Amino acid sequence: MSLKPVMTGRGLTKRYGRVTAMDGADFEIFPGEILAIIGDNGAGKSTLVKALCGAIHVDEGEIRLDGQPVAFKSPMEARDAGIETVYQNLALSPALSIADNMFLGRELYKAGIAGSVFRMLDKRKMRDFARQKLTELGLMTVQSITQTVETLSGGQRQGVAVARAAAFATRFVIMDEPTAALGVKESRRVLELILDVKRRGMPIVLISHNMPHVFEVADRIHIHRLSRRHAVIRPQDFSMSDAVAIMTGAMAPPAEIALPAGAVLD
Amino acid sequence: MADDQAAPSRGAARGPQDFETRLERSAGEVASFEERDRSPLARFHHFLHANPTAAPVVVLVVSCLVFGAVANNFFSAFNLSLIIQQVTVIGILGAAQTLVILTAGIDLSVAAIMVLSYMVMARLAVQGDVPAVLAVLAGLAVGLACGLFNGSLVTRTRLVPVAVAVLAWVLLLGLGLPLIYVVPLGMVAGLTVGWLAFGPALELRLPPFIVTLGAWSIFFALNLWYSESETIRSQDIDATAPLLKVFGLRVELLGAQFTLGSFLMLGIFLVLWYALNWTGWGRAVYAVGDDKEAAELSGIRTDRVLLSVYGTAGLLCALGGWAAIGRVGSASPQSFYEGNLDAITAVVIGGTSLFGGRGAIFGTLFGALIVGVFRSGLKLGGVDVLWQTFAVGLLIIVAVAMDQWIRRVSA
Repeated sequence: MSLKPVMTGRGLTKRYGRVTAMDGADFEIFPGEILAIIGDNGAGKSTLVKALCGAIHVDEGEIRLDGQPVAFKSPMEARDAGIETVYQNLALSPALSIADNMFLGRELYKAGIAGSVFRMLDKRKMRDFARQKLTELGLMTVQSITQTVETLSGGQRQGVAVARAAAFATRFVIMDEPTAALGVKESRRVLELILDVKRRGMPIVLISHNMPHVFEVADRIHIHRLSRRHAVIRPQDFSMSDAVAIMTGAMAPPAEIALPAGAVLD
Repeated sequence: MADDQAAPSRGAARGPQDFETRLERSAGEVASFEERDRSPLARFHHFLHANPTAAPVVVLVVSCLVFGAVANNFFSAFNLSLIIQQVTVIGILGAAQTLVILTAGIDLSVAAIMVLSYMVMARLAVQGDVPAVLAVLAGLAVGLACGLFNGSLVTRTRLVPVAVAVLAWVLLLGLGLPLIYVVPLGMVAGLTVGWLAFGPALELRLPPFIVTLGAWSIFFALNLWYSESETIRSQDIDATAPLLKVFGLRVELLGAQFTLGSFLMLGIFLVLWYALNWTGWGRAVYAVGDDKEAAELSGIRTDRVLLSVYGTAGLLCALGGWAAIGRVGSASPQSFYEGNLDAITAVVIGGTSLFGGRGAIFGTLFGALIVGVFRSGLKLGGVDVLWQTFAVGLLIIVAVAMDQWIRRVSA
């Protein structure tokens, strides 16, 4: 039984003119884990994540999905390959309903002529699906699936965005600062939601500045520093202050890259 | 690997943080929806927020009742059908305008597109010996081309189609072809090339207000150039191309006379209602107007949606032009100068938000009818025309104030 990575990045490099945003960065995510990515501002976290979700193309290096080399031209292609992203701004349309938002850009159409010729939406099917997904994640305290997103609180909106990603992802979910804009109580709720998604077997890449949250939910922590991967640690082995020390260069990184039990690379 | 001093914090790293354990005792309704006791005003607010057409319907019904009571022949079948005839053209322009405004844009050139399109139809059919069906198709193509010109400027700005159109004009005029064929032919050539969507794009994404303000002048000038400031007379159209006036034909229904143009308008509204509410394209139009960036990240190709919206608007304007020939009888290049503003008025009174993403297509029909009812009622009541205009202005301001109030979400 060997555990193979879902996605790997090797020697990823991205230059913007004279600025090198990413300089030979490595990355891997394994099935069933939460991988947190931390790093100081400007360390190149976002560049790495954008490369993974297809928002930018790398100049050098190789990304493999289930062992096969991939080169996403747009976030849509990454999405079609089963990689869903929860953006920091959530990418929800406030005036549309929860169900509409879950299916935004991938609507379901009715069977037969109504769907193929008249492009008629299957609203009932979409509503049922949305309700089922939200119920699975324990989010159906929301009154009605036809309620507009603007009437939801920040945490609830985050919940809808996470539910959308979890419902459609087949490979893994990327979450960019999911608790950054939330209060204490709502953050707690979203963290539980993240763990819930993980329990369903969906790997998660979590980008966060919040050390307590990272140490609570992550299985491994990828520390980015100076445009490349500096270290990967297990939260059990290090303290938060160590992690910050490694991140800022105050402490030497461990020689070994932490891997999940039974994992093999390539 | 870690040093021992770090040990105490390790245990705390898993599971909720200390400060968070207290949360269990706190109220948990953040993630739920408590139905608060609402004041009647808040309920009303919520109702209007959920039903954007409710306000215009109420205003329409109330104004009908008031004018019916004040002016004794207001409710006559003749007067009611007259109101509907009067709002036909503006209603169609308003439908086009609604599409654009739902995407948080505005099209100041709708009336100019309409006049140019119907001048093409009339001149080709009456003076160009072109079969009426072809002339109408040419007019519709010109409307579509104008709309896509606007759409291109607010999205990726492809220059090739415009260059092709201008080049075709110069070339065909040089070959001695009469102006009446040259202008539509050049625009159809540009349209055809534009369909292929190749060549460099400027990625300017210009603001719709400025683009369509410029386009308004451009289309108006094109129209004067093309028509040579000459009106095509009603009797000439009757003699050579009665098809152009088909939407002026009347049918008797329930004792009132309706023109075919009124049915065209109703048909356009029904089709747009379906497209906006029951297709993925409709969701995309609302999403783009609501939050363009979010729509883009959700996988909606926003440029394509915008281009389709402006193109459809142009085509609808041309259809409105066809209906306008039927309504007016003749085809004058100087008519409908205030058509732009009347169309925007109908949209705004109809409850569609100028900030995009909010509104319903039928609101615009009610908005156009409200203006028609006000004008008709005040006229029958013997009020001077200037006070009719005054009332319409007041309606606009009230409608925008209502919109601002409705948009404030009481969560």
